[in-house]
Amino acid sequence: MYTQALDSQPQSPPPDSAAEDALAARFQARVDAEDKIEPKDWMPEAYRQTLIRQISQHAHSEIVGMLPEGNWITRAPSLRRKAVLIAKVQDEGGHGMYLYSAAETLGVSRAQLVGQLLSGAAKYSSIFNYPTLTWADVGAIGWLVDGAAIMNQIPICRCSYGPYARAMVRICKEESFHQRQGFEIMLTLARGSAAQRAMAQDALNRWWWPSIMMFGPSDADSRHTAQSMRWKIKRFSNDELRQKFIDITVPQAQFLGLTIPDPQLRLDEASGHYAIGPIDWSEFHAVLKGHGPCNHERLEARRAAHAAGAWVREAAAAHAAKLAARAAA
Amino acid sequence: MNQDWPLFEVFIRSRAGLEHRHVGSIHAADPAMAIEHARDVYTRRQEGVSLWVVPSAAIIASDPAEADSLFEPARDKVYRHPTFYEIPDEVKNL
Amino acid sequence: MSAPAAIQDAASGLAAAHVTYVLRLADTSLILGQRLGEWVGHAPQLEEDLGLANLALDLIGQARLLLSYAGELEGRGRDEDALAFLRDAPQFVNLSLVEQPNRDFGHTIVRQWLTDTWQLLLYEALTHSSDARLAAIAAKAVKETRYHQRFSSGWLVRLGDGTAESHERVQRSLDELWRFTHELFAADETDALVAAAGIAPELAALEPAWSARITADLQAATLTRPPAAAYPWHGKRGAHSEHLSHLLAEMQQLPRAHPGVQW
Repeated sequence: MYTQALDSQPQSPPPDSAAEDALAARFQARVDAEDKIEPKDWMPEAYRQTLIRQISQHAHSEIVGMLPEGNWITRAPSLRRKAVLIAKVQDEGGHGMYLYSAAETLGVSRAQLVGQLLSGAAKYSSIFNYPTLTWADVGAIGWLVDGAAIMNQIPICRCSYGPYARAMVRICKEESFHQRQGFEIMLTLARGSAAQRAMAQDALNRWWWPSIMMFGPSDADSRHTAQSMRWKIKRFSNDELRQKFIDITVPQAQFLGLTIPDPQLRLDEASGHYAIGPIDWSEFHAVLKGHGPCNHERLEARRAAHAAGAWVREAAAAHAAKLAARAAA
Repeated sequence: MNQDWPLFEVFIRSRAGLEHRHVGSIHAADPAMAIEHARDVYTRRQEGVSLWVVPSAAIIASDPAEADSLFEPARDKVYRHPTFYEIPDEVKNL
Repeated sequence: MSAPAAIQDAASGLAAAHVTYVLRLADTSLILGQRLGEWVGHAPQLEEDLGLANLALDLIGQARLLLSYAGELEGRGRDEDALAFLRDAPQFVNLSLVEQPNRDFGHTIVRQWLTDTWQLLLYEALTHSSDARLAAIAAKAVKETRYHQRFSSGWLVRLGDGTAESHERVQRSLDELWRFTHELFAADETDALVAAAGIAPELAALEPAWSARITADLQAATLTRPPAAAYPWHGKRGAHSEHLSHLLAEMQQLPRAHPGVQW
């Protein structure tokens, strides 16, 4: 379980380095055998830290991800779309919660994690630093961004750490409606008036490349990949997932009658895969460093909500303390 | 930095006849809020008919380091299982 | 006036009142749902983001059912979206209370609690309506509103009986929003007509129960009930505050910019 209160003997002295190696070997053998690691199981400290970093970044992404689409709740163009969008954004908040819960099993508190996000110390997915300029952006995000997220997330349902895997199973079940509602919006626009079609094409023009970049840099350039693969935290490489996403999405764009903004996009008959033009990684790195169009606004919104809510959280805690005191009296 | 509200583990009974199963955790300041948070976070898709919320600090867990001595000894007591016993086919109702 | 014409007038009077009455319920839920939608992503705690979103979804769901029904009763071919997105502010008939801005979480909770307590009594009474469709909608809404009332009264107590700051903030919100409660039990000709037809309860009959519940919650919250305030500018008669047209401008912008298309 997730608690500190184990019914065990008092702490034995820390193992020596040979014992540590033996534990590490046993740990790796469990992972290799597709055994699940659960909270309080012995794990290498680097495994714990990698998981905390990855899970919390994922959680932060969900929370910040509520903002670009939340931006259109009050302006959704039909009551049905409004309800669906509220439910979707609510789900993103829920996903953040499942992930914070999973991270907390590793000995870190939500307050610490939220503190890291608000201070700017923690990273979150670059994609949410782009603005939602029109209603069509809501459709594009559901179709492309959630589509990319699903691609990333399904393999993690089988990751080695139990609470993270279980959170991902829950998330994936909820995520498929997100992508479908986004595609449905794009389809309605693509089949609509000239202005609506233009709106949809404009959104695709702006969201295509950032979505491709969501999968992260090529693995040759990624520091963490090899170790994460060995620990079964990461199951497929960035490039594999990116290619899979492109191969699935291009026919969908063709069905919509929209043009992907890549003049070099072509189907390679031999491999059956789509080849794309060069990705501008300088933009990706700039956005990650905090220089994207909305980095400032996203963090400010989260800081403002947190600050504005401080008196509420304090009041609830104070009231709970009064209840406890009255019960004890 | 604010202090968190206490952490609660959430258990849901998906329908009458089944047990409550662990689904995750929420933070809440008091018991009534804990039920509401668990309801709002974990039962939006008709996941259940009953909720338990338990302060995480109240849960006593077995130590994984003791798993061997706690759970291995049950392994060889196969006589606890009905398949261990050979009964001739002609005998009914056993 | 000859007898058949009088009956005709009475019938059309009741028919019009029936539509207006259903629209009033619909608009109140719609506008309150819209206000709650503004909170998503900005609540004091993540769990509250999800809770407020649930309330918003319930209210928008009620609004959709009630608007569709009002459109059918009206018989002019207006569906839920035509009614939501193409009427101007003076044609909306929501309670003035629900169009008031969110301000802080406490202000939102006070507005919610005042409305929930009223809606709960009203929906419970409407389950006995002579209008079977309305009774069915009310039966579903009762369950939702019971949860809303639990949520909002719980928070009212936490904030009223929390810290000195929270107490002061919600007392101020209560003092400011109280004048809008005048409208809740101010019956007009529409209310009289639908009550006489058994479609709706007598508003005055609900007042004692509402008042008792309010008093009990305020006591638990250590808050002071403000003095009665007559405030005759009733949103249910189209006499709105300046807030509504800003809210509608935001809400209605897209369908009005692109008339006649599907979304």
